Amino acid sequence: MNFLQLFDKKNIEKSGKTFPTFKAGDTLKVHTKVVEGKNQRIQIFEGICLGRKSRGMGSTFVVRKIASGVGVERIFPLYSENIEQIEKVRIGKVRRARLNYLRDLRGRKARIVEDIKKAQKEREEAKATS
Amino acid sequence: MRCGLIAKKLGMTRVFDEDARQIPVTLLKVENCHVVRVRNQEKDGYTSVCLSGGIQKESRLNKPEQGLYKKSNTTPAKKIAEFRVSEECLLPVGAELSVSHFIKGQCVDVSGTTQGKGFAGAMKRHNFGGLRASHGISLSHRSHGSTGQQGMSHVFKGKKMAGHMGNVRATAQNLIVYDILPEDNVLVIKGAIPGAKNGWVFVQDAEKKDVPKDVPMPAGLKEIKKAVSQETKDAEADVKGDAS
Repeated sequence: MNFLQLFDKKNIEKSGKTFPTFKAGDTLKVHTKVVEGKNQRIQIFEGICLGRKSRGMGSTFVVRKIASGVGVERIFPLYSENIEQIEKVRIGKVRRARLNYLRDLRGRKARIVEDIKKAQKEREEAKATS
Repeated sequence: MRCGLIAKKLGMTRVFDEDARQIPVTLLKVENCHVVRVRNQEKDGYTSVCLSGGIQKESRLNKPEQGLYKKSNTTPAKKIAEFRVSEECLLPVGAELSVSHFIKGQCVDVSGTTQGKGFAGAMKRHNFGGLRASHGISLSHRSHGSTGQQGMSHVFKGKKMAGHMGNVRATAQNLIVYDILPEDNVLVIKGAIPGAKNGWVFVQDAEKKDVPKDVPMPAGLKEIKKAVSQETKDAEADVKGDAS
């Protein structure tokens, strides 16, 4: 590990951010802080994770959803202070790290099958730890 | 005018500030930054300090270099550079500088050798627009176009054309020192800095900004800290000696 990676690691630990493990295909609920003038509120963006980019402090992930018939994608910096929480709603069964092909598909074809076995396993593990 | 520091560019990353904004930063490592030689007014006609950077194996030095490090009683270095300083900022030979030379929030100029691009065309080298993609243009879409007017029978000197690009000394001015890591002797500087990773860069107080008043004068030396700790150690030893 070089100094740059150590520097990033230290900063990540300092930020105290913890997330569930997630990968492409999972359905996520991203709770983001939105500042409007003096007020601050939490906005939730729910959609399918298209992929992750791992670059230390510069890590990001892409979430895609269909909002009133239009595909919307947001790229979130993983360690941003604005990300309050990431909720994993559903585990998808996919065979690819990047799901860019979803952009060309509509309706039923753009579905992702739930990985029931994995979901159950994770639920049991969570129960065991708690 | 104070001297600068010789540092090695470690690379770029980003940090988040309180408002969750992403800030691009470059990390610079200062290692073995000693004063190896001083030029003074009487002998040399100008004042400057020569600083070292990086650690070199002793077996890789030639005789004159060995003599230089022996004379200044410093560790052999990979890089030596001279910084012009004003007379009151001259330093003793053998003094070691550290990142505490600069303070958080001050502006610095950073010089380095840019990444070499080889023989580059006019579009890349001078941001020319090139010629059109269609409308009868053939085989010259990235050309620089005309090089002058009729009747001159020569091309003006300094006409921007294709040629060697990069691998020249460049200075990024007025960069902000975002953070200082004294334990690792690393500077965290906001923004990009010329040069490749592991390249040598020279950090100096910004020429076009006033130097902050609380900056260490004449320089941020490592020795001072050590001396202080030595004194406190002695004092502690005395106390212990009295007790026993």
